[in-house]
Amino acid sequence: MSAPAMPEKVAGVMPVRFEKFGLGNYLICLKGVVLRECLRFLHQRERFISSLVRPLIWLFIFAAGFRQVLGVSIIPPYKTYVLYEVYITPGLCGMILLFSGMQSSLSMVYDREMGNMRTLLVSPFPRWFLLVSKMLAGVAVSIAQVYAFLIVAWFWGVKAPPLGYLMVLPALFLSGMMLCALGMLLSSMIKQLENFAGIMNFVIFPGYFASPALYPLWRIQEASPLLYKICLANPFTYAVELIRFAFYGQIDWLSLGVVAGCTLLFLAAAIIAYDPSRGLISRKQDTGGNA
Amino acid sequence: MQHVRTSGSGDEGAALDVAGVSHSYGPKRALNDVSFSIAPATFTVLLGLNGAGKTTLFSLISHLYDTRRGSIRIFGHDVSRASGEALRRVGIVFQARTLDLDLSVHQNLSYHAALHGIGGREARQRIAALLDIVDMPGRQHDKARSLSGGQMRRIEIARALLHRPALLLLDEATVGLDIQSRAGILATIRKLVETEGIGVLWATHLIDEVEDGDHVVVLRQGELVARGKVADVVRTSGASSIRDAFSKLSRIEAAGTAEISP
Repeated sequence: MSAPAMPEKVAGVMPVRFEKFGLGNYLICLKGVVLRECLRFLHQRERFISSLVRPLIWLFIFAAGFRQVLGVSIIPPYKTYVLYEVYITPGLCGMILLFSGMQSSLSMVYDREMGNMRTLLVSPFPRWFLLVSKMLAGVAVSIAQVYAFLIVAWFWGVKAPPLGYLMVLPALFLSGMMLCALGMLLSSMIKQLENFAGIMNFVIFPGYFASPALYPLWRIQEASPLLYKICLANPFTYAVELIRFAFYGQIDWLSLGVVAGCTLLFLAAAIIAYDPSRGLISRKQDTGGNA
Repeated sequence: MQHVRTSGSGDEGAALDVAGVSHSYGPKRALNDVSFSIAPATFTVLLGLNGAGKTTLFSLISHLYDTRRGSIRIFGHDVSRASGEALRRVGIVFQARTLDLDLSVHQNLSYHAALHGIGGREARQRIAALLDIVDMPGRQHDKARSLSGGQMRRIEIARALLHRPALLLLDEATVGLDIQSRAGILATIRKLVETEGIGVLWATHLIDEVEDGDHVVVLRQGELVARGKVADVVRTSGASSIRDAFSKLSRIEAAGTAEISP
């Protein structure tokens, strides 16, 4: 490589002065982080396809098979009997958010192992802002996947009220934030990708099955009061219910409160975990260097 | 051979001032009371064998880890207390490759520009100019995955310069590269010091990257064992060359430390 003449000044002349970051700079940063996550997602076609195929298998095969076995009585927000496919659609939306939230945390562990995470963490913007930006990027990708699934489901004949597709957006956003924040918190605790698989098994599957995603809670209560209590303690339960009610233009206030509260809790914990002065990251040996 | 000061260097005009910094990973001490400073527009080589603590020091300077003992200042801004102001003034090339391989060169650089609040046309102009500087003009649309190791490094250097830092940190930037690529990268960085007034901290264990006019800081097992101009370190360590001096200073059994005022 040669050392050509500089076409322009690269560095400032001492003493170095910088203007304070304004709102515009913050928005540029946020846009950059979201765009990068979206580009990564688009470049990983297998990830997109698998994220779509997973809920569709549940919808096309599982729901069709269990339609006759698992009857659903009239429970809010439904005002009439609904097909089992209709019942599990909010749960499948939740499943996409759950997998996507964990996937984004997986990518954070990968980024940390590969060193990409450092480029984010050495940005001069506040650490909390960078993490929230990263979360928002993950949520944007998650919501895009949910809508892709809903479009396919619509053609399959599983339809929500037309306005429901719009009204569910805030519920998807908040639920996505909660699950991304949880994923981020988990990613701070995990040192290597190999360890992540175990955590996924302890989070995704129990979280998904111990919820009303596939069967109403009253059925679970009949089957096992203990499992019912576990379901009630599961934040994912409230995310699914929040989404379910939102499809019908209703707000389940308990679910809203729990999801919002858990989002704040997980986010605060993740920010602390990624704080170099207090967090878990600083206690781990650097993986990128020698010492 | 003089002993290094254990207190902070206290150099207010320094590009980088490391004062009494220690860091441990659990019971293992990686850095022990390290103090030195580098002046603006100078090329300083941080020498140390693998495990000497160079990467730990970089992680502390770049605020990936918090400085729990001692202090680090970049142009007077404390990295722990005013990390944003400090980090705006520093560009970093990490030892590990940190480009996103799925993205293009332009996308990688745009992402970094955004992380420094730079967007739109300004970012595009800076990217084009910096690709010229690192001798990769017109390569914006190449996938990072398609680049050679040397080319990736050049892009990482361009990335580190995007926000116009006054201090550049490079951690083993030439490891794994062929001789020609190493020489080219080194020449470019040295030119930046001369023409742009950038202060550089160049961490390496490759002694042939040191030139006579450089400042050096030598770490051994987390301890600072020498600092100063090359000729002075050679003289005070009783060696015949900087290679000989580094060899002597890096020996585990070597005792004492050397300090030469610049």
